[in-house]
Amino acid sequence: MRDVAIIGAGVSGSACARELSRYQLDICVIEKEEDVCAGTSKANSGIVHSGIDAAPGSLMAKLNVQGNQMMEELSKELDFPFRRNGSLILCFDEADRDRLMELYSHGEKNGVPCEIIEKEQLKKMEPNVSDEAVCAIYCPTGGIVCPFGLNIALAENAAVNGVEFLFNTQVLTITKIDDGFRLTTDQGDIEAKVVINAAGVHADTFHNMVSTRKIHIMPRRGEYCLLDKSAGTIVDHTIFQLPGKFGKGVLVTPTTHGNLLIGPTAIDQEDGDLTATTRDGLDEVLKKSLKSVPDLPLRSVITSFAGNRAHEDGHEFIIEESADAPGFVDVAGIESPGLTSAPAIGVMVRSIVAEILHPQENPDFISTRTGILNPKHLSEKQYARLIKEKPAYGNIVCRCEMVTEGEIIDAIHRPLGAKSLDGIKRRTRAGFGRCQAGFCSPKIMDILSRELGISQMDITKCGSDSKLIVDVTKSSVRDEGEES
Amino acid sequence: MERNTQTRNLTCIGCPMGCSVTVTMENNEVTGVTGNTCKRGDDYARKEVTHPTRIVTSSVRVKGGRIPMVSVKTASDIPKEKIMEIMHCIDGVCVQAPVHIGDVVLADAAGTGVDIVATKNVERCQTL
Amino acid sequence: MNYELVIVGGGPAGLAAAVSAKKNGCDSILILERDGELGGILNQCIHNGFGLHTFKEELTGPEYASRFIKQVEELQIEYKLNTMVMDITRDKTITAMNRTDGLFHIQAKAIILAMGCRERPRGALNIPGTRPAGIYSAGTAQRLVNIEGYLPGKEVVILGSGDIGLIMARRMTLEGAHVQVVAELMPYSGGLKRNIVQCLDDYGIPLKLSHTVVDIRGKKRLTGITLAEVDANGKPIPGTEEDYQCDTLLLSCGLIPENELSLGMGIEMERVTSGPVVNESLETNIPGVFACGNVLHVHDLVDFVSQEAATAGANAVSYIKGGFAALSPETPIEATDGIRYTVPKKISVSRMPEELTVRFRVGTVYQNCYISVYFNDTRVLHRKRPVMAPGEMEQVKLSRQELADFKDLNRITFKIEET
Repeated sequence: MRDVAIIGAGVSGSACARELSRYQLDICVIEKEEDVCAGTSKANSGIVHSGIDAAPGSLMAKLNVQGNQMMEELSKELDFPFRRNGSLILCFDEADRDRLMELYSHGEKNGVPCEIIEKEQLKKMEPNVSDEAVCAIYCPTGGIVCPFGLNIALAENAAVNGVEFLFNTQVLTITKIDDGFRLTTDQGDIEAKVVINAAGVHADTFHNMVSTRKIHIMPRRGEYCLLDKSAGTIVDHTIFQLPGKFGKGVLVTPTTHGNLLIGPTAIDQEDGDLTATTRDGLDEVLKKSLKSVPDLPLRSVITSFAGNRAHEDGHEFIIEESADAPGFVDVAGIESPGLTSAPAIGVMVRSIVAEILHPQENPDFISTRTGILNPKHLSEKQYARLIKEKPAYGNIVCRCEMVTEGEIIDAIHRPLGAKSLDGIKRRTRAGFGRCQAGFCSPKIMDILSRELGISQMDITKCGSDSKLIVDVTKSSVRDEGEES
Repeated sequence: MERNTQTRNLTCIGCPMGCSVTVTMENNEVTGVTGNTCKRGDDYARKEVTHPTRIVTSSVRVKGGRIPMVSVKTASDIPKEKIMEIMHCIDGVCVQAPVHIGDVVLADAAGTGVDIVATKNVERCQTL
Repeated sequence: MNYELVIVGGGPAGLAAAVSAKKNGCDSILILERDGELGGILNQCIHNGFGLHTFKEELTGPEYASRFIKQVEELQIEYKLNTMVMDITRDKTITAMNRTDGLFHIQAKAIILAMGCRERPRGALNIPGTRPAGIYSAGTAQRLVNIEGYLPGKEVVILGSGDIGLIMARRMTLEGAHVQVVAELMPYSGGLKRNIVQCLDDYGIPLKLSHTVVDIRGKKRLTGITLAEVDANGKPIPGTEEDYQCDTLLLSCGLIPENELSLGMGIEMERVTSGPVVNESLETNIPGVFACGNVLHVHDLVDFVSQEAATAGANAVSYIKGGFAALSPETPIEATDGIRYTVPKKISVSRMPEELTVRFRVGTVYQNCYISVYFNDTRVLHRKRPVMAPGEMEQVKLSRQELADFKDLNRITFKIEET
């Protein structure tokens, strides 16, 4: 029997795994997809929220502010992209000023630094925002983070500290047994004393298997458009809209990698795995974002995507040991500001588990992690030396993002290494650029095939049934060809 | 005797201009070609209505080459109805590097009397 | 490292520019190619139909490339493969990188930009739906099939009837897939008419004009798409949706010149072409920096790329050798009334050859209309064309004598006229 089984290798599950690896515990993370960061964690705004708009006194408000405070140091400790760029909430109508003040007072109650700025100062800070904005709240602690970077860093660090990740493993049922739980998966049974339910949009399903106090999570789809780096500097802060007559607004933000992100919409749907974009949704994103920044170069859109937030009916994080299922710890309802809160969620869950298992500290815990070496951050001399030692760093594979073969090889062979095109993309950005993997896909497939010792025919976009090639051309050539 | 006059409108594929060509036929004999702007169009139109032909291109595997495939084509045009048969013949062909432009990779494909020839130079892989 | 002329890109444009520069007397030339062999995209264009203008015979892409590669070898023009240009400065210092030389700098006297273009990805088309495996740009699929020998799918729908889309419809069919339909957003095909005949009609593949993909389904691998008819504004018409079950969607929806390096060095760009603004010498706003081929504007025919590149190569040598005439006042060319753009965009008579080819595209399909050229308000050319389409580049030749003789010439206008 394991000490802890964590369901879900998203950012919450990975944060819990990393914090719990500070103890001498036998921990596994069970993930139905082939990689970490494959659900809600991969498709969101990448915002480190200031915490201004969470309801004062809520757990959400508390963990948001804590997470925001932890993020900078954590980004240095675990080497992932983070920038405190500050955020602005635009008010487009004098009549809405009262509501802006109400939000401002939320911020004060939550202990979030914020100030009201008037139009003149706003235009000084962000010359490209709409002239229709009459004033704004400025939150200097707001930031942006690479959501993949954060999730992968937490998981890698947990793995290095002994946590086992079980991919392509789907939990089917959970039953209470003596001293713990039995998790029946499509890969066999797993028993654990403590179960952490960090299953995102599916957390209600697992909770309701062991508890009579039912919860309900409504997957709330959000659609986004990502713009080319050429549009990445049109704003420097994260630009929110004060919800108004036009409904809930969308944000316009630079990303940590220099792109521009706009979105999301909010559509409730039952299927938590459905992340299709819609014509109406994308049109809404484009239209609403123009309200904030009228000169957005919409022809620079390079991709669009959708993610599902795990919206719990009470709109609150549920992070607690289930009252009628001791040892079953929920990390449920983790919607925005979940990404921001993740580091604080990890710490909170660690203390909950410590109360249950009273574990020993792990004396060998390694708190730091070095990310994939990005040669662009080296001096020219260092870069030249690197290529001499490892020529693969002299070979650009992704020409849009200028990613080298060296980085791709690193992504494959590091702890919890990439196994698919999407895995490579999230770790190195290869395929993330303006051509959207048109040129580099065949090259990355070659490298994956060579480094993993598998056939090109078995390379996938994102695991299981997402194969990229279905056959060889003129298929009867196959047998002869493979002999060579 | 009753004369059977037909006209057919074609797009010439002889060059990128894609001229619209009209062929007049009597009793299945071409009596006139109009709309073409060069000799090529006339030739094409007469062939297209009587025995249409095409060049077929593809690629075949190379053993020991610098790259895995070498591109190939039929050395001249082949009857259009033989295209898929030609592909079937190319299927299974595997050549040894080096291969050079014009090298015959398969002689007399599908009984057309036309060879399949390489359209690219593939040198031996030096690391092998 | 110092070279008189550095050519960025070893595809058809770069090769022809290099050969021309060498023949015009430049002995210090370096071609930088990011791929493992010269020839660029021609290497994967294994179909025939290239080179009728240049060589008076129909060649396949690799054959056409090999004719130029052979000349490059024979003329002993230097090139570096697998080499990526990272940056170019305004004073023509090039930073490049490869496995063997590492990161290195080259100082050039003149530079020819010949980086080619890339395909417009799905995201740029903003097609809604899921994001499964099985969606490829036509060029990516072409590489997988023709260079790697792999079939990316068996049941195929193609969006976009540009030449690459049409060529891939035939290729996928020949190599063992079933192409269900080619859909085209516009009411006309963007490809050559002969490709509709020999790539679609020959194989009974339907072409649906004024149709687009409005939904993409499948979580892991593509399972289907929905096509709908579009109105005159390109908006899908409700009620016209048709579902297709397929495992592959190929996108052939336009090419975009790859000008990140050009932008990085501050070259003035033309919005319509997404390529540099050039003058009669194919020179950009930075003296001694020239552009040709698909990085300048997307071509349909490689023959014209080679011609254009040869001109750029010769002009670069004139620049290097100091043989460039002093720049006389530049006359702008205005593209109006149905003409989308012209290359070049301005002409200096002093540097103009006896006869200057001006290439351009029209915005929609025109039948029995006239291409007209005006010097100031005087019509100097009026040529009837039975059919003009956006997919087919047009050209006219301007004579230096005529320009020189025209009094107070301050603008040249290209337009389409009905009469």
